[in-house]
Order: sequence, then structure tokens, then C-alpha cells
Amino acid sequence: MSTHTSGLAIETAGLVKTFGETRAVDGVDLAVPAGTVYGVLGPNGAGKTTTVKMLATLLRPDGGQAHVFGHDVVREADEVRGRVSLTGQYASVDEDLTGAENLILLGRLLGHGKTAARQRGDQLLEAFGLTEAAAKQVKHYSGGMRRRIDIAASILNTPDLLFLDEPTTGLDPRSRNQVWDIVRAVVAQGTTVLLTTQYLDEADQLASRIAVIDKGRVIAEGTKGELKASVGAGSVHLRLRDADQRPEAERLLRDLLIAEVQLEHDPVALTARLGVAASDTAADQAAKALGELARAGITVDSFSLGQPSLDEVFLALTGHDTGQGTGSGPDSDTKDEVAA
Amino acid sequence: MSTATSTESKELSAVSTESLAALLVAKERPPRPSALSTSLTFGWRAILKIKHVPEQLFDVTAFPIMNLLMFTYLFGGALAGSPGDYIQFVLPGILVMSVVMITMYTGVSVNIDIEKGVFDRFRSLPIWRPSAMVGYLLGDALRYTIASVVMLVVGLLLGYRPDGGFGGVVAGIALLLVFSFAFSWIWTMFGLMLRTEKSVMSVSMMVIFPLTFLSNVFVDPKTMPGWLQAFVNNSPITHLASAVRGLMAGDWPGTEIAWTLGWAGALLLVFGPVTMRLYNRK
Repeated sequence: MSTHTSGLAIETAGLVKTFGETRAVDGVDLAVPAGTVYGVLGPNGAGKTTTVKMLATLLRPDGGQAHVFGHDVVREADEVRGRVSLTGQYASVDEDLTGAENLILLGRLLGHGKTAARQRGDQLLEAFGLTEAAAKQVKHYSGGMRRRIDIAASILNTPDLLFLDEPTTGLDPRSRNQVWDIVRAVVAQGTTVLLTTQYLDEADQLASRIAVIDKGRVIAEGTKGELKASVGAGSVHLRLRDADQRPEAERLLRDLLIAEVQLEHDPVALTARLGVAASDTAADQAAKALGELARAGITVDSFSLGQPSLDEVFLALTGHDTGQGTGSGPDSDTKDEVAA
Repeated sequence: MSTATSTESKELSAVSTESLAALLVAKERPPRPSALSTSLTFGWRAILKIKHVPEQLFDVTAFPIMNLLMFTYLFGGALAGSPGDYIQFVLPGILVMSVVMITMYTGVSVNIDIEKGVFDRFRSLPIWRPSAMVGYLLGDALRYTIASVVMLVVGLLLGYRPDGGFGGVVAGIALLLVFSFAFSWIWTMFGLMLRTEKSVMSVSMMVIFPLTFLSNVFVDPKTMPGWLQAFVNNSPITHLASAVRGLMAGDWPGTEIAWTLGWAGALLLVFGPVTMRLYNRK
């Protein structure tokens, strides 16, 4: 049982799942270090959920191998189930039951006695700020509350590995921040988290390593820094005081940043897309640009630095966009451009 | 983004990450629960669902009463001279028919659960695999008991007098519950196999209607054509109805009981593993 020494929570090699003609997962290799948050980033239909389901023993792979803490997910499914917890894309609790009943039910199924299950349930409800809603049926919960009860149900026994499948999709910013806090607290206690998300921002906030997945394949993998460097650092938006100075600003930026510069409809606004700079961070590049503009006597009224959006990551990595239009990420800088 | 925090309504209390951390520190796990314990826990879930959605008891109260009244007064005069005489014969049969018909809701509830995420949660737990399914059936056994008691009470009011007394009636109901438990695995299979609730319903109807009507529930098969007698005399519903009728009448229909239990065992042995295979593969 403890022949596992690699320090990896998840290890897959050539993982494949097909549904009819579609190869939903098409040869995924992952190596997730234990004790970290690992982000799996991709659009709808990329194969994120299918991958998670195979790792959580809910789906049988059609090819390749997957090990969770050294246990094969098919041959040693029961061992795997004993160490993982899953929070699915939709609330994985019984909507007809109350929050408290759900936690007692799962506590009992995990082997707690009646009193212990009730106690642990109450403590979790308390910690998740759900005490008032404890006696309400989950179907009457708001989106944020559902997420909470769902995650609470996943940590009734502290799992070694927690799967969070798009935990913040459809949540308002405040609820999202709270889910992030929960994830951080869980990881701080030594649980490994595999997080799937459509938002680069979310992966950026939480994950230490990220795999970008598209059409069932991992198309990029690395630390956040590595990933961003491969995509470009984002973009700088500038608003000048004087529209007449824009052509000169454009030329300066293009030469200095070796960046693509876009002129906005607003005659004083322009956007420079920062290139893949080996040494300089986005902020350094922006500072340099501002300095240069000031020296040239161009007055900048305001400027902002935009993160690369998932759309941009995708465009850069695959040559096609996510197919979801703009604004799929909460901080996509396309939004800023519209606003400017 | 975080600037929005202050303007949001305060409908939810904050998450306390400190107490969360304190809860997560506890890494010891209780020993794995037994198969019996997890099955009973799932049975408790089914009962909680009845508590929260009592409307579902309509199927096990109004529907059987309607059956009993309808068939007793519709056929009674023509088949046995009077409804009062007919009910002595037909009540155990209608009891069997109604309860066997109600079993199909098992498939529907399995199917509805699959649509929701909770099913994935159950399947990812380290527990005895069939316990979720057994839990449904335990909850259903309660529903069948309610249906049986309701029908008997109404039957007694209408003049049904079982010669087997209390013991005979209880034995009859017990046999019916055992058979229904085994029979329900057909529906758990369909519940897992078919895509929608509606298709589960229609397939169930297609099986249940002919199976319950083509039996000795309403009339003695002697008047039927030979080919139909061959079917009816070998139908599990006929064996079950004869056994229940016999037990309630104070006889000991050993052969019919044996046939019924044999059918129950066979159904369980075939559809139990098929259900579990689908459950594991889903």
C-alpha cells in the first residue's frame, strides 16, 4: 500500500476517454504534487470534468493510466475513494434534504456514529456560516450557499485530495472570494486540491501549477509564471490628455515594448499588448513605457495594466479562441476596452 | 473586485476560516461502516425524503384505494354475484397488483437522482457499492407497507374477512414485500440505463400492465384460451397472488410460496448484478 514515494498526489499517463466518436479526453498526462493547488484551466467541453470523473473513480478510462497517491483508479478504486472527495460542477448534495441532514447523512456513510455525525455537521455549518440555514432544504439555498454546503460535505472527513470542479462558476464576486478563502484554508491543512476552472484569474489566485487543457489534451503546463510568460504579460491601456499626441505615443510604444499597439475608438486611448518578455515583468515594461512617454512630453491622464484573459491564453496557445466570446473571465481585459 | 464586498447585502454570514482550519486538522477517520449500516443510512435518506415531500405518498394511498374500489364494484357483481363476495377473492390480488405497480417509482427516483450531482457524491464514497440501491428499496419497502395497510383497512371496511386472521395477513404482506424488493431491481436497472424519467415511466408501464393483468388477480385462469393459460399459470404474479391469497385465507400454499421465493431469488440474481454493473459504469 505504501510503495508510493513519488510525492505526487495524482499521476496520469496517456489518459483517454471516448464517448462514441468524441475523444473527450485524448491522452492527458498530469503530475500533481501533493499538498498544492493544481489548476486545470480550459473552456467548456475541454475535458476537465471528464478527467476529474476518471480520477475520482466515477468513470472508467478507455486508455492510459491514472494513479492517485500511488493507487490505480480502476484496480484500487476503493483505496482511492477512501482518500478523495469530490465537489461536482452542480451541487453534489441532496436538494430535498436540509443542509444539516445532508451532512449527517454523509457523516454516517463515512462511518461516524449518530452523535459524532451530528456534531461534525454542526461544526461545519458553523464554520461555513450556514447555521441559520441548517434546517432549510438545500433547494432553497442561494448559489453561494450551495457551494458552501457542497464543500462542507466534501471535508466531513479531511480528504487527502479534494476535487473542485469549477467551484465558482455562476457565483457573484463576493461568494467567489469566499470560496477562494475556503480553498486556501483547506490547502493550508495539507490537503491537495485539484481545481478546474474557466477563469485564468481563479487559477492565478489559487493554483501553484496550471495545466491548460483544450479538446481533451494538455496544451501547456507549468507554474503561473511560466504559463504567463508563454502567453504574454497582458496589456497596458493608456489615456492621453491630448489626442494629437497619440500617433507619437503609438510609435514610441511600438518601438520600446516591441508590442502590438491598438488605437481605440476614443481618440485619446490606446492599448499596447505586451510581448513575451524574458526578463521584464509587465509592470516593469509599463513603467519603462510611462517614463519614455513623459520624456517625450506626452501627458498620460490614466493608465491600467490588464492581465491576459483566458481568451488570450487560448488564442496564443491554440490559435483559436475559447468559443465563448469575450468576458468569460472575470478580469478579462477586453471588458476594460469596452468600458474605456 | 473586492471593492464590491461592502456594498453586497449581508444575507450570508462570513466563512470562518479559523474554525474551518481547526476542523480540518482532525485527520483521523472512523472505521469504515458495515454494508448493513450504510444501507440503513440510505434507507433513512429515503424516509427523510418522504418527510420533506409527503406528496409522494399519494401513490401509495389514493392509488391503491382507487384500484380496490374500482375493481371490486366494477367486476364484483358480474364475476362473483356481488361485490361483497368478490372482495374475498380479489383483495389479495389487487393488493399484489397495486404494490407491484408502485415498485416502478423506484426506477423513476433512481433516474431523477442521477440527473443531480448527489449521485456522483454517493458513487465516490468508500462504501459497500450496492448500499445506495438497497437504501432506495428499504425506503420503498416502507411505502409498500403503507400501501398494504391502507388497502387492508379499506378492504375490511368494505367487508373483507380474512380467514387467516392477523397472522395470515401479516405473512401475506411479508411475502409480498420480499417479492417486491427483488422485483424492484428491474426498475433500478432501467433507472440507470434509460436517459429520462419519462422513458423509465413508459418502459415500466409496458412491463407492468401486461404482467399484472395477465395473471389470476381478477379471475380464475380456467376460462382463458390455452396459450394464455400457459403464460398466466407460469407468471410470477400469479404465483405471488395465489400465495398471498392462500396465506390470508389461512391456508399454507407451500408450492406457491416456493415458486414466489424462487422467482424473487432469480430476479435478484439477474437484475441485481446488472444494476450494479451499470451503477459502477455510469
